[in-house]
Amino acid sequence: MINKTLLSNKSWGVFFAALIILGVAAPVLNLLVPEGNLFHMSDFAVSLIGKIMCYAICALAMDLIWGYTGILSLGHGVFFALGGYMMGMYLMRQIGTDGNYKSNLPDFMVFLDWKTLPWHWVFSDSFVATLILIVAVPGLIAFVFGFFAFRSRIKGVYFSIITQAMTFAAMLLFFRNETGFGGNNGFTDFKRIAGIPIATPSMRMTLFVLTGLTLLGFFLFARWLVTSKYGRVLQAIRDAETRVMFSGYNPIGYKLSIWVISAVMCGIAGALYVPQVGIINPGEMSPANSIEMAVWAAVGGRATLIGPIVGAFIVNGAKSWLTVAAPEFWLYFLGALFIGVTLFLPHGVVGLVKKIQTKMVNRSGT
Amino acid sequence: MTLKKFFATGILAVLATASFLTSSHALTTAEATALAVGETDSRVAALSLAVQTADAKTAAFIQALADDSIKVSQDPIPKVFLIKDGKPTDPITGAEVAAPASLDDVVNNNRMRGEIDNALAALKLFSKNEKDRRAAIKSLQGEADESKLGLIEKAYAAETNAEIKAEIGMVRAVVLLSNSDATKRLEASQLLASSNSPTTKTAILERLKTESDEAVKAALKSALAAVEAGLVWGERLAAIFSGISLGSILLLVALGLAITYGLMGVINMAHGELMMIGAYATYVVQGVFQKYLPGAFDWYLLAAVPVSFLAAALVGAALERSVIRFLYGRPLETLLATWGISLMLMQLVRTIFGAQNVGVENPSWMSGGITLMGNLQLPWNRIIIIAFAAAVLLGMAFLIGKTRLGLFVRGVTQNRPIAACMGVNTARIDTYAFALGSGIAGLAGCALSQIGNVGPDLGQSYIVDAFMVVVLGGVGQLAGTVYAALGLGILGKFLEGFAGAVLAKIAVLVFIIVFIQKRPQGIFAMKGRSAE
Repeated sequence: MINKTLLSNKSWGVFFAALIILGVAAPVLNLLVPEGNLFHMSDFAVSLIGKIMCYAICALAMDLIWGYTGILSLGHGVFFALGGYMMGMYLMRQIGTDGNYKSNLPDFMVFLDWKTLPWHWVFSDSFVATLILIVAVPGLIAFVFGFFAFRSRIKGVYFSIITQAMTFAAMLLFFRNETGFGGNNGFTDFKRIAGIPIATPSMRMTLFVLTGLTLLGFFLFARWLVTSKYGRVLQAIRDAETRVMFSGYNPIGYKLSIWVISAVMCGIAGALYVPQVGIINPGEMSPANSIEMAVWAAVGGRATLIGPIVGAFIVNGAKSWLTVAAPEFWLYFLGALFIGVTLFLPHGVVGLVKKIQTKMVNRSGT
Repeated sequence: MTLKKFFATGILAVLATASFLTSSHALTTAEATALAVGETDSRVAALSLAVQTADAKTAAFIQALADDSIKVSQDPIPKVFLIKDGKPTDPITGAEVAAPASLDDVVNNNRMRGEIDNALAALKLFSKNEKDRRAAIKSLQGEADESKLGLIEKAYAAETNAEIKAEIGMVRAVVLLSNSDATKRLEASQLLASSNSPTTKTAILERLKTESDEAVKAALKSALAAVEAGLVWGERLAAIFSGISLGSILLLVALGLAITYGLMGVINMAHGELMMIGAYATYVVQGVFQKYLPGAFDWYLLAAVPVSFLAAALVGAALERSVIRFLYGRPLETLLATWGISLMLMQLVRTIFGAQNVGVENPSWMSGGITLMGNLQLPWNRIIIIAFAAAVLLGMAFLIGKTRLGLFVRGVTQNRPIAACMGVNTARIDTYAFALGSGIAGLAGCALSQIGNVGPDLGQSYIVDAFMVVVLGGVGQLAGTVYAALGLGILGKFLEGFAGAVLAKIAVLVFIIVFIQKRPQGIFAMKGRSAE
């Protein structure tokens, strides 16, 4: 049975409510309602939710590749960071001569005594080229990596482990000063984006709304993907890849395309993330970050699309609260979450809610 | 700092040795003043003169110069005093003398200090103690110049130990390289051809730049080629040794995983943290020995080996019982759950021991090393770890291959239902096997504590490597793990020579990723029924 409609009427209602909250209510509450008012949305909340929405896009991408296709990637942090670095290069060039050394080159290059821009910074002056690169670089790298991996039919744990090796190698590479991405300090001290100062309330709100709209757009897109025939094949690959092959499908094209799509989504999330947090460094590529993405999806509930978004909010909300309130407990909590979810909540929070709902329906029925 | 300490202890030796000099002559006040007062150039000249004909007094005076215990009064003429126990004495007679209230320090600039140190080293060539003589030769290598030639010649003639004599001969030949007499230079360059020390190479290269005599030049070139040939072997062997050393560490790190992941199929992301537990167990044992058995401190490591094994094995068994047994057959879930375990273990260690690295000392018998060639030194701790890795490997091979437990483990791995039908308690075997793998991780941690930092992040830096080794070797293949560990170790060190440590690491990771594309089952693929 294929779902004919993209979303049920009720879900469309929720969707538009979210759209109005993000697109209209949040800006009004943050910018127009004065500070101290009960309904004022603080700048802290804006930046926190903006950041978490970027993570939610990653979680959504994880859901497509892991929840629906059964491929657990432990290297999506690379694509996130690459998108972020592409954006970061542009933002570094936007600083112009306002850096500490008043040079036309980014500060770290002056520090390293470089006289000219390295070759890979050629496009960093153009905003349009940067937008293209944000999509193209993670997409291309995912394509090359995925092409070879899926062609030799690497799957399951093997694939997970080599993606982890990939992100580890990339992290080491970006830590080097010679790579030309600012070494372990990465990029920071951004001043403006497209000529507009970056640290203003209106700019922050613009990025927030942009991220929210991107998240909602990707949600619809993902929903459209998984309800299409293409999505059905993906789920079939997850459940019984050999049977899919015996039915006359070649899984490589399907796996490779969803792998690239999910990588590009992560790249875009990274590009939205960097101007909001104001820093990008190789730490984003550490294996721990990538594996955390998997836990967002697992906590919310795999193969539900809405679940991973919820999961990203739950885990990161808890993180930002716990790391302030009781920093020593954060890792205990995260660790327990990993264990608890895999042992007791295989379908995540969304699965739990559904289970409770059916129980309630059954009880009221009898 | 070390040099100073070195010479402070050497003062007695110098005093004793100076009497060996054949044509020694007593220090005069004029000489002493020339050594301590004036321009650096004239003082250096005075020093080289004094060294040629030094007696015990001169040696003591030079030593005092090095120790800053010579003071000068400028009025009316420069006069030097040797400060002994806070009282000024006459450096010639040694008697206590009256001195003006304000005495100036002798200022030794870096050049002067270097010259003084060299002079002292040269004097020590005549020490009765063989060790002192060797040390003196070592510090003279690359430092000696024409002014010490007389002294070196004398030492060369007086030396009775053939080995040391040959070494002095090399130092002498290096000095002779810059002799004005071309035949002497020729002789020296021929002598140097048999040397295998890196300092000789630099000395020859230096001389080649300025040499004008064709015959000497040719001799120098052939000597250089010979020295380089000798050095190349040393370098190659050193690279291979450090490769094997790295490989043995990788092997230790991966062996436990070869059981838990390779045989049991558990993606144990907490493997690194089990190693960390082993390392911290070593730290605790060290603390216990420090407190209760300080006399036997050197042997704490022997006690730490079983303790770290047991600590990690117990934690492993507890993990298997409480978490992992519910996740068999769901590898990706195991991966996430064990990652969670690793986070909690790390935080637990931070809570107990603090977030800082803790200090684990090498026992004294592990420091130092064997010098095989001029540029080939094998540190003891590396040698011991290689032997330890080999012992662990043999022990494990024996346990898996020859014992009843090993038989059961293999049986359960190959066919769980049939093993159960035969009466094997498969659940218990799982626990034992997991505990064994964890215990070996603990042993690896104990070894790592001897060569690196022990901190909560210890495991994180090795976990990717460990998985790479197991995957590359072929899952379920112990022999494959060994080849993969040694191969990766040697390859990594070899690449390091060309590209530096970080790029080498990246290259190795890329190599593994590419290799797995070609051979998804690792070096040794499973054959027959168990192959997927």
